[in-house]
Amino acid sequence: MRNAYLAALYDLAKGNRDILALVADNGAIIYDKFRKDYPEQFLNFGISEANMISVAAGLASTGKIPFAYTIASFLTMRAFEQIRNDVCLQKANVKLTGIGAGFIYSNLGPTHHAVEDIAIMRSLPNMTIFSPADPLEAAKVTCAAAEISGPVYIRLSTGGTPKIYDKDYDFKAGRAVRLREGSDIAIISSGGITYEAIKATEVLSSSGISARLINLHTIKPIDEGEILRAAAETKAVLTVEEHSLCGGIGSAVAEILGRGGTYPVRMKCLGLDNCFPCGYGTYDEMKEMNGLSMDNIVNAAISICPKIVRAACVTKR
Amino acid sequence: MADLKEKAKELRGVIFESICKGGGGHIPASLSITEILTVLYYKVLKVDPKDAKNPDRDRFILSKGHASVALYAILADRGFFAKGELEKFGRMGSILGGHPDMYRVPGVEASTGSLGHGFPFGAGIALAGKLDQKLYRVFVLLGDGECQEGSVWEAALFAPQHKLDNLIAIIDYNKIQAMDYLDKIIALEPLADKWEAFGWAVREVDGHDVRALEETLQSTPFVKGKPNLIIAHTIKGKGVSFMENVPIWHYRLPNAGELKTACGELGLQWLGEESP
Repeated sequence: MRNAYLAALYDLAKGNRDILALVADNGAIIYDKFRKDYPEQFLNFGISEANMISVAAGLASTGKIPFAYTIASFLTMRAFEQIRNDVCLQKANVKLTGIGAGFIYSNLGPTHHAVEDIAIMRSLPNMTIFSPADPLEAAKVTCAAAEISGPVYIRLSTGGTPKIYDKDYDFKAGRAVRLREGSDIAIISSGGITYEAIKATEVLSSSGISARLINLHTIKPIDEGEILRAAAETKAVLTVEEHSLCGGIGSAVAEILGRGGTYPVRMKCLGLDNCFPCGYGTYDEMKEMNGLSMDNIVNAAISICPKIVRAACVTKR
Repeated sequence: MADLKEKAKELRGVIFESICKGGGGHIPASLSITEILTVLYYKVLKVDPKDAKNPDRDRFILSKGHASVALYAILADRGFFAKGELEKFGRMGSILGGHPDMYRVPGVEASTGSLGHGFPFGAGIALAGKLDQKLYRVFVLLGDGECQEGSVWEAALFAPQHKLDNLIAIIDYNKIQAMDYLDKIIALEPLADKWEAFGWAVREVDGHDVRALEETLQSTPFVKGKPNLIIAHTIKGKGVSFMENVPIWHYRLPNAGELKTACGELGLQWLGEESP
């Protein structure tokens, strides 16, 4: 995902001298090609995220299009007020790229995990939020970000994210992608964890549960229509996110269903329940320890799937 | 020069009147920067109210956004918007609030208010000027208390690294922050030494001496390749005797008796209880 982002940014920079790559002392190796070929479009701010964001807003006020990149937790939290006042309030054309979404920086520990970023970025007016699920989508959101005039937050996993899209597809910012058709339950996911959700739909399918899978590559503005359709047609919605349950995708979907108010719909949210990510280990082990493995998704889906619930009632009787 | 002095005095009256009528605002913090703004907007800045968005214009950023009324007074005087707007300051329907909003107020380059933002924002504009080989300059006015913010020092490290000699930071060194003298809270001294050590070319000036201000502001870059810092020694509340160097006036508004005294000192007509 990281390399796909860089490749897309490189191509953007090639065609437009106003595209700038900003980093806060990170991205050795991956930025090498960019630095070598476009040295005047690359700026390393050192370890000063707040300054990077305010300067980026100043650059944008003159027509530059800065892509400010650093670890998602530092970017969105250390520099939050700069993002709010200098970028969003001023509608600055600044792109914020947070690397290390969720707990993918597994053994670096909670200081390097970003599980609140969606909540706090989502609270800001004028902000667009992209959360790509695989490398192809990361490239697409990067190009889309450059097209948007205004603040964008791009939430990226690191390297080694499995491919989800086996071929090119018609990406539209703000429009959710239905990765799997299904009528018994709708699973809504975003980012790298979507890979687990895909595997879960396959297991559910083999158990006779037809699970629809929706990928929210754009978290803000959110695709209300697709979410309302999913709720109306399946009567059960499960959200899956590598993020806190406070203010993330589950919250966003619940806000829509709450406002809609027309469907009796079962809902469950999977994510971090008022806790920091726990444990060290591989990314897969982190998912296990933090309740976001494929099995967790399957079990949560079964627990609210109307078809299963009905069957259980019949059996009991 | 006599004209500039007169203009500064006139603006003090406008500032005082706008804030008192508007029912709130930071009077002393605005009065300490009146000469600085007068010299900038009448002698230094290449800005044109009729072409306010010209990409080659000089930029002025009020990083100490709470002195917004001083900026409004000079912008109105230069014709960026009608002077009548000042009478509506802080009231429903006004474009003018306690901190400047770039989307509402013509001539305002950055929406400031939270301290420590306008300065790095200005550094970004200066950097863009260097990247694009533009000749414009960026002037940023900071409060002295504002220099307690960490982000100020991040930008202070950044600007010399990029040789931003088109950036002119001015510190309104009135020695008083919201609650008391800086020296009693978090002292800045030795201030010039600190900035010099960070790689800035530093000059000190009497911030109420229009001739000295003009000479200093016109002679940038002080050193080619170095960002410029001007420490302007000022008096918080300048022009209103009972406000000068008295910390509590950061928060207070004058009562009727005090209004009468202030009006006399600022050359405003005293019309009784309703005045100014």
